[in-house]
Amino acid sequence: MTGVNDDVPGGRELLRVEGVTKSFPGVRALDGVDLDLRTGEVHVLLGENGAGKSTLIKMLSGAHRPDEGRILVAPVADGGGDGTPAALREVRIRSAQDAERLGIATIYQEFNLVPGLTVAENIFLGRQPRTALGLIDKKAMRARAAALLRRVRLDVSPDTPVAELGIARLQMVEIAKALSLRARVLIMDEPTAVLTSEEVQTLFGIVRELRGSGVGIIFITHHLEEIGALGDRVTVLRDGRSVDEVPAATGEDELIRLMVGRDIAEQYPRERPAAPGAPLLRVRGLTRHGSRGAKGSPAAPVFADIDFEVRAGEVVGLAGLVGAGRTEVARAIFGVDRYDAGTVEIDGRELVRGDVRAAMRAGLGLVPEDRKGQGLVLDASLLDNLTLARLDRDTRGGLVDRRGQRREAAAVAGQLKVRMSGLDQHARTLSGGNQQKIVIGKWLLTETRLLILDEPTRGIDVGAKVEIYQLINELTAAGCAVLMISSDLPEVLGMSDRVLVMAQGRLAGELAAGDATQDAVMELAVRSPDGALRTGTPPSPDNAVTHTNTPGQSAMEGSDD
Amino acid sequence: MTELLKTPAHTPSPPGREHGFGRWFTGAVLKNGPLGGLLALVVVMAVLSRDFLNGQNLLNVGVQASVTAILAFGVTFVIVSAGIDLSVGSVAALAATVVAWAATNEGLPVWIAVLLGLAVGVAAGLVSGALVAYGRLPAFIATLAMLSIGRGLALVISGGSPIAFPTSVSRLGDTLGGWLPVPVLVMIAMGLIAALILARTYAGRAMFAIGGNEEAARLSGINVRRRKLVIYALSGLFAAVAGIVLAARLTSAQPQAAGGYELDAIAAVVIGGASLSGGSGKASGTLIGALILAVLRNGLNLLSVSAFWQQVATGLVIALAVLLDTLRRRSVR
Repeated sequence: MTGVNDDVPGGRELLRVEGVTKSFPGVRALDGVDLDLRTGEVHVLLGENGAGKSTLIKMLSGAHRPDEGRILVAPVADGGGDGTPAALREVRIRSAQDAERLGIATIYQEFNLVPGLTVAENIFLGRQPRTALGLIDKKAMRARAAALLRRVRLDVSPDTPVAELGIARLQMVEIAKALSLRARVLIMDEPTAVLTSEEVQTLFGIVRELRGSGVGIIFITHHLEEIGALGDRVTVLRDGRSVDEVPAATGEDELIRLMVGRDIAEQYPRERPAAPGAPLLRVRGLTRHGSRGAKGSPAAPVFADIDFEVRAGEVVGLAGLVGAGRTEVARAIFGVDRYDAGTVEIDGRELVRGDVRAAMRAGLGLVPEDRKGQGLVLDASLLDNLTLARLDRDTRGGLVDRRGQRREAAAVAGQLKVRMSGLDQHARTLSGGNQQKIVIGKWLLTETRLLILDEPTRGIDVGAKVEIYQLINELTAAGCAVLMISSDLPEVLGMSDRVLVMAQGRLAGELAAGDATQDAVMELAVRSPDGALRTGTPPSPDNAVTHTNTPGQSAMEGSDD
Repeated sequence: MTELLKTPAHTPSPPGREHGFGRWFTGAVLKNGPLGGLLALVVVMAVLSRDFLNGQNLLNVGVQASVTAILAFGVTFVIVSAGIDLSVGSVAALAATVVAWAATNEGLPVWIAVLLGLAVGVAAGLVSGALVAYGRLPAFIATLAMLSIGRGLALVISGGSPIAFPTSVSRLGDTLGGWLPVPVLVMIAMGLIAALILARTYAGRAMFAIGGNEEAARLSGINVRRRKLVIYALSGLFAAVAGIVLAARLTSAQPQAAGGYELDAIAAVVIGGASLSGGSGKASGTLIGALILAVLRNGLNLLSVSAFWQQVATGLVIALAVLLDTLRRRSVR
């Protein structure tokens, strides 16, 4: 990792996993998995949720230990690459420290950063350079951090508190931290799940650079199109087994077949009634002013002059860059956040502002983007989660009809094919796809007529995605309407009847299903309000998404720096 | 109360021997949670003191537990919703003082005095709830303020000295048929009400949802702010009942009564298996928690352990109970 062994073609073997097996009570998570990683390659690990990817990488990072099988790693002394390949040695990775010593760094989906500390402090957390007196050498730390940040092309000061960074930049800080560990093996768990396409391109640039310098990268993604763009080899996991290893150039259909063990006839099975019905939702002139900047400068609106309608039986896609204001519009419509001007009408009747219960009575439902943080009560039962939105409906004479709730919840869980041990199982223990089905099921139990889906398939495997798409079909067939926010362009294009595109808080345009192409949508999405294109520039601060605990304020954070 | 008299069936070896006892005790608690801990404690006390395991003493334990338990039921609502209520001891004293002042000093009919006392409890809870829900104060701060305000008002109303409690209400501190203490009956009744609220009412289910994930609850149409008002008002109501029971036992309302009881109540809730981070808790667990504290104090009294050492022992039991509960949950997962 010191850059000595540039241009190793083909690469030497860095890491090998042989016949690794791991069981948890009741589940065999891994069953004889093989994997090998060479220097200077991006090895994609592909599989549905629950296929064993997380268990495998946790094993490599010291969180789990294998029941059977071996993990072999090239000796560290050889890591500098003096050209004489040494035999791999079997290792036992008992802790994160062991993994670190072996040069294995892991970037999880949930970042391991301390929000209150600065970028430099986070990068060197626990390994701060010391002065002769044993105090932390801030100058050295800052200088080394700055060098690392330059390497990942992150243009922030090492003294910036991590809490001020958007999610894309947090990712880069994590990578800088991995670099500071002189990692030879870098494991990245779905690094692109929450990035916009521009940010993904930046990330790919950095990954390619690392690959060029001889790092071996294990890359987990659900986005099949990324595999061909970035990967060298693909190992497919299914039900805890490594089913095949194929070149990254393998076609998407073949990859899907390997992953799910069957052919998925169509990734986006769109079916719609012949003609949409009457307008269900009508939004007019919806505007929310931004909060004033620190220097008293008037801030850009969070969203402004939003006009659109959704008809019964229709799926309307809402596309745009992360931070364009899509989520904020959805939350305003549903009454979660305030808006300053405009109206929201359901069936021609105006909704009271900022009143979730009124929105629900009118037939609205919202599946929020942050499934775990906003959609579910993770440590409550599936029964409680499914019936949460209809609690008052189930209350008669002061008492909740628990038996009736159980009956309703069981019916909807069956309809959605939720894979669970029973309704008393806690939501936390379900896979992502099944968790999302629970959040959607909550709204099926409340006579919802217009369902707003915010990133409905983020982090969900292909099989569950198709099930959710089929559910959208069933909803529209029953005369319901869907407003779908998604950053997954193929999904928006594949499922929507019309696509609305937002850019910087405004509706940049509308495309009919027939005219909507990735290029057309992106062209609208990067257009600024005055019509100029902003292509080719790195994501500006107001596109940074900050996943803080105060949703609704995320859109324009950092707009005054 | 009969289950207290039973020797636990799963006792693998007689306790008392230094070596096997620790493991037996740990095992009993790990398997059965707070109830196992209570039974184990009862066995230990029965072995150490001949006077412990007789009916009269056990009823005494019940009386000693009653005020803490009633306060703790109210606090359970708050803790399940991921809040905290430090004011219940003060609110109990204030409510009792108001009852005594209205009936004894002002000569109001007793039933009006009692209603007034309960209303004061609810009002104190509403103020705390409003500070938390609408003023966005941390619950710790809002109820800490109410702790001080409640105690201060009780002192102001009473002029700092005890007021005789109306005799008809003092019957709440009596013993029925020469053996059944009324405070125990009140404790059981309030416990059943708390259990019903938690398990079967809209208010109760909303508490779990808010404590588990406030944002998810809000996005599911639960009016979180209004619910918080209700939650703290219920806590205040239960505190008022506890204060009346305590004053009935003492036959006078003392403005300084129930000082520090809020900490016993919180301890009882936590020993009973609720999580301070919200989303879990049971009335039965809270009752067991209050009984564990009462058994410990009663037993140590019988053993003539000094009050100073009793405090040390109580602290150890709180730490141990929650530690074991944490271990138990981890082993279940």
